[in-house]
Amino acid sequence: MLNLTPIEIEALKLSLWVGFWAVTGSIGPGILVAWLLARKNFWGKTLVDGLIHLPLVMPPVVTGYMLLLVMGKQGVVGHWLFEHTGLCFAFNWKGAALASAIMAFPLLVRAIRLSMESVDHRLEQAAQTLGASPLDQFFTVTLPLTLPGILTGIILAFARSLSEFGATITFVSNIPGETRTLPLALYTLTQMPDGEAGALRLCIICATVALAALVASEMMSRRLNRTLKGDH
Amino acid sequence: MFEVKLKKKQGDFLVDTAFSTHTTGITALFGRSGAGKTSVINMIAGLSRPDTGLIRIHDTILFDSEKRINLRPYKRRVGYVFQEGRLFPHFSVKSNLTYGMKRIKGARRYIDFNKVVDLLGIGHLLDRRPATLSGGEKQRVAIGRALLASPRLLLMDEPLASLDAARKAEVLPFINKLPGQFDIPILYVSHSVDEIRSLADNLVFLVDGSTRASGPVETVAIRKDFKAVVGRQEHLPFTVLSSN
Repeated sequence: MLNLTPIEIEALKLSLWVGFWAVTGSIGPGILVAWLLARKNFWGKTLVDGLIHLPLVMPPVVTGYMLLLVMGKQGVVGHWLFEHTGLCFAFNWKGAALASAIMAFPLLVRAIRLSMESVDHRLEQAAQTLGASPLDQFFTVTLPLTLPGILTGIILAFARSLSEFGATITFVSNIPGETRTLPLALYTLTQMPDGEAGALRLCIICATVALAALVASEMMSRRLNRTLKGDH
Repeated sequence: MFEVKLKKKQGDFLVDTAFSTHTTGITALFGRSGAGKTSVINMIAGLSRPDTGLIRIHDTILFDSEKRINLRPYKRRVGYVFQEGRLFPHFSVKSNLTYGMKRIKGARRYIDFNKVVDLLGIGHLLDRRPATLSGGEKQRVAIGRALLASPRLLLMDEPLASLDAARKAEVLPFINKLPGQFDIPILYVSHSVDEIRSLADNLVFLVDGSTRASGPVETVAIRKDFKAVVGRQEHLPFTVLSSN
């Protein structure tokens, strides 16, 4: 019924692909950082917290430009990475995923951190008196009880990465099939004389995917809460 | 032989206590609210660190400030039954019970699963989740979970304090059976004289963080200062007595 053109399908697929890798790559670091912020006190904690939240409050173009400076082929880290691992983030989908991941990271960390802070620390103590080492206790008590927050964080981060525009276009440009995700394709269509119908279709797709993600998250988190709290 | 010598300054409050027991029965750690009872057993469990002192169970030193020994809580094998149960809400009763058991090597495991389940009468609860248990059932499972970790010592922090009178009467007999069935010293924290009368063999009397007296219940309970605290307590209405 929507009659998508191949170009639009390409943009949709690319968006899902970029979103998937952006989230997959940030779950591990996200949990680690959330744990540090929720459970540990260390020098410079406020600074770390601030740095993580920076992409949320800065213009996305700034984040994109900083990524270009640091992670581009001539960038300090980007150059080193390319020389030593062959990994390159410049002007390809990996760069788009990296930009999305950075932009979505504060939301991911925040959701996990809040959930982890609400885990009763006394349960962790109980696990320790039963012979669980800190790592063991983390994986058997803290992490399972944080699952609702991890799930919420994943969905939020995924939705955020689908809507990522500014940082992506600045960092990896607008290359069809490589970095032209849904928002970028939509922007491109609005710049074309006869692009209105296509732009409208992409609008509907964006809204549908985002809504589906939120509904799925709500349903899963309800089920998860029942299982964890164990009413039945 | 279970020996404790602890000093810890917490703000203006000084915990300075020393006692030892030779028997495997129940030793009650008694004192009014705020006498430092929970501080003492948290130090024994390794959940907080004394400034100086010694904690020894038989030949095993858990803490010795002079020799700079401080075993981490998970290496102490000290069972702990908390006042609020602290069962893991995401596990079944059975998984709660076996949590500590699975984490101890077979050779050191001297407490049998079926024996504990039968003794505490929790066999019919194994597939349930903690949220569906009554207060008394929760505490019985918590006792079972601590026992099944095959501890060197069992700490019980007012395990009946959060229960109403009927539930107290339900759980008390199970605790009373423990010393006869398991060869573990039990340190039982309480500020209820009734509980101590029906459970304890030995009594450690704590006042303002310091041990005032310790020994068999009969000898400590006839002391004037003990009677003074108890007498005052028994005039209090029951509701105040049972709250913490």
